[in-house]
Amino acid sequence: MGHTFDELRAIVGDRGLISSAEELHTYECDGLTNFRVMPRAVVLPNTTEQVQAVVRICHRERMPFVARGSGTGLSGGALPVENGIVISLARMNRILEVDFPNARVVVEPGVINLDVTGRVSPQDYFYAPDPSSQSICSIGGNVAENSGGAHCLKYGFTTTHVLGLEVVLPDGSLVHFGGKTLDAPGYDLAGVFVGSEGTLGVATKIILRIVKRPECVRTLLAAFPSTNEAGAAVSDIIAEGMLPAAIEMMDNLAIQAAEAAVHANYPNCGGLLLVELDGPVAEVDALMTEVKKICSSNGAPEIRVAQSDAERALVWKGRKAAFAAMGRISPNYIVQDGVIPRTALPQVMSEIERLSQAGGLRVANVFHAGDGNLHPLVLYDRRIAGQEEAAEALSSQILELCIAAGVAPSTHCSFRIPRKSFQLLASVAKSPVNTCRTRPNPQGSRNVIDPRRWTPQLNPKRAACIRRCATNSWRLWEMRMCMRRLPRMPWPEFSRSW
Amino acid sequence: MHAATAADAVAGVQPKLVIEPGAERELAEILRLSNEAGLAVIPRGNGTKLGWGNPPTRADLILSTTRLNEIIEHAWADLTVTVEAGCTIQRLQETLAQHGQRLALDPLWPEKATIGGVLSANDSGALRLRFGALRDLIIGATIALADGTLASSGGKVVKNVAGYDLPKLVTGALGTLGVITRAVFRLHPLPRNTRSFSVAAASAEEAKRFVVAVQDSKLAHTSLQCHFSDDTSPVSDILFEGTEAGLAAQENQLRDLAEHAAVSEASRSTWTAREELWDFSDRPCTAIAKISILPASMARTMKLVENIAKRQQVRWRALVYATGLGWLRLEGKPEALRGALHELRSELEAQHGSLVALHRPEKMPAFDAWGSAGDALPLMKAVKQQMDPKSTLNPGRFVGGI
Repeated sequence: MGHTFDELRAIVGDRGLISSAEELHTYECDGLTNFRVMPRAVVLPNTTEQVQAVVRICHRERMPFVARGSGTGLSGGALPVENGIVISLARMNRILEVDFPNARVVVEPGVINLDVTGRVSPQDYFYAPDPSSQSICSIGGNVAENSGGAHCLKYGFTTTHVLGLEVVLPDGSLVHFGGKTLDAPGYDLAGVFVGSEGTLGVATKIILRIVKRPECVRTLLAAFPSTNEAGAAVSDIIAEGMLPAAIEMMDNLAIQAAEAAVHANYPNCGGLLLVELDGPVAEVDALMTEVKKICSSNGAPEIRVAQSDAERALVWKGRKAAFAAMGRISPNYIVQDGVIPRTALPQVMSEIERLSQAGGLRVANVFHAGDGNLHPLVLYDRRIAGQEEAAEALSSQILELCIAAGVAPSTHCSFRIPRKSFQLLASVAKSPVNTCRTRPNPQGSRNVIDPRRWTPQLNPKRAACIRRCATNSWRLWEMRMCMRRLPRMPWPEFSRSW
Repeated sequence: MHAATAADAVAGVQPKLVIEPGAERELAEILRLSNEAGLAVIPRGNGTKLGWGNPPTRADLILSTTRLNEIIEHAWADLTVTVEAGCTIQRLQETLAQHGQRLALDPLWPEKATIGGVLSANDSGALRLRFGALRDLIIGATIALADGTLASSGGKVVKNVAGYDLPKLVTGALGTLGVITRAVFRLHPLPRNTRSFSVAAASAEEAKRFVVAVQDSKLAHTSLQCHFSDDTSPVSDILFEGTEAGLAAQENQLRDLAEHAAVSEASRSTWTAREELWDFSDRPCTAIAKISILPASMARTMKLVENIAKRQQVRWRALVYATGLGWLRLEGKPEALRGALHELRSELEAQHGSLVALHRPEKMPAFDAWGSAGDALPLMKAVKQQMDPKSTLNPGRFVGGI
């Protein structure tokens, strides 16, 4: 092993190799902190060539590796593999090219999401995908996870904004998917790569699309007696033929937490709706009037429109801090990430409420109402015996509930893979109070080569983790088995020896 | 099932049999049997784009999806639709319109083109600028694989970020990886009102400057396209959708932006201009290609086309969208057409662009439809090998002989 380390050191330099136990602790997990694996070493390459050289050694030595960016993910994307190394892309954080006439930006994977917008905002452009962690998460990590954000309802996910990729394959070879121009001849491998959790390669260069800022942005807050009325208002907005830039919903517990953490000045109510419209002033003004009417007619006693950019920023700060804010009202919590048809919301919410009462645990809900992305947060106290297990059980029951609501049984197909359920199971995250603050993240990028997750070959240890999280695991196993029946991606094989 | 006629020929290759299964299971079973028997299968919808791609190296039977044409579920409140592959775009749009919604896509010949065909050929029109391509609209698909497996991927929810994105893989794969039997799309509301304007330009450079200026402005336009040809000056069309108040405001902004250029109201029909390129009054002497360039190199590319066309003595006409995708029609002697396409492809590929030949006259000397797929071609071949190891589906029609 010593010899291999010498080789790695020769590639990335003394300061590019971390192998002391105390320094490695930083890398033993990402935002999914209840799973920890100590890597053998961490390498920090500076260039594509260095990534290739490191990957070639891993390939030769059959040493598993996981690429890592900022480590903010809540689904364990950067969780190291036992006896493997971590390739941190933190030092590859250059914005290589900005092309305004064509609205393209070329970046290295370690560039922070918000820094792309920062770089192009003087010319009034922005990079649209805006995950809540955008001030610290990296583009490479966004690519691996196909990150969304509150505004993906209108602007789409990371995949819509990635036009091309330079990728180091697991054998160290370099390939290019897509490009600066659209519809490159051949299969859409860029489309397959984005969201593949780093299982297909390490992106070392990413061509992004940027978007011109709309003429105006207006944000409305409407307080409803419960999430049911708020949900009905969302349906009416959609039925009226509007496509807001964002529609977010929070229940009372989530509002309390956000208030406690950032004093967003939210009204105290059972269901808070946040609707953002953007576009030409005349257009937005006309539609905002309609949204207000719809909210009133669905029983919102209080409706406010943010009057200034500062006020608007505060509204969003509250929403984006909602997860971390749970730490203010509960010592521990588990966050889940599910997608349900929006129309199933009232039914799912009342069922969650029932499960919450039966389990004796509080559940807060944050909901991207436009696209049906539900984040139930199960609150508990680890110090009380049995609560952690109860929380895990409740969490998995909610997961089952989302799956049942989202996936129609199909009689036509031999099988059906609810992809969202993979996301669900991967996102069963427990957080000690506040991951962002209690555990400083290493600077830089995030990009995951993960040879185990979601590839047909499932790491037994990982499966055990998932089983522990989701006690009712049969369903999950079934899904794994379905996945196995799909054609394997013919990527150069990762070593199976470990 | 019936015997194939001359009308069923695929780019000059005559298949023997046409089979029209009535259920997904049936289709998958036929595919499995064909695969086992070593027959080459050509999936087909209504055949509007059957000539796209290279001629197949083999063609035994045509597997038609036209009877699989049900609109399974329009979950309008969730803004999604599940539809079978054989349904035409127009019938789907009519159904969606009952709830004020649409699939935000304007492919060629919507009255005939089917969901499966449009997906496989990755055909998009002017709406792509605002709403993205099929890859951005598709959220789930059921695919019959060569071995008879019916694989479903994705779901019925708008946000789908878990697992490998197989719907994207089959979109634009020209039916070489599997036969799409159904798809799930995210939908958009129908616009309340629309206004279209045409803006004249004295030169390609001026047209390009207008396009770049509009793209860099605060206008919320839905589509933007430019017409070029060898005998007329360029014209740009711009489409706005929205409330009356919003449209009026944007018209004023557009007029300010256009400065001295003549702005006139255009009819809705200008947005089907792409179909006019397929006017085959002189079929043996017409070639049509799709080009992909950087939007800001639009003028330079048109200059290039002009020079090459002069040298090769061919006439030309082009429609270029603000996305950088364009459609080029060339008329001339078959050898000259090949020469022009070849030269233009070399130039575009050198600038990271591409040229895909969609229609080539029969007499034209052999010319690969696709051009270079870059250094990812070995991986693409490996994907094909994995999903269709016996090359049952559309053999030889895709990039690099796939």
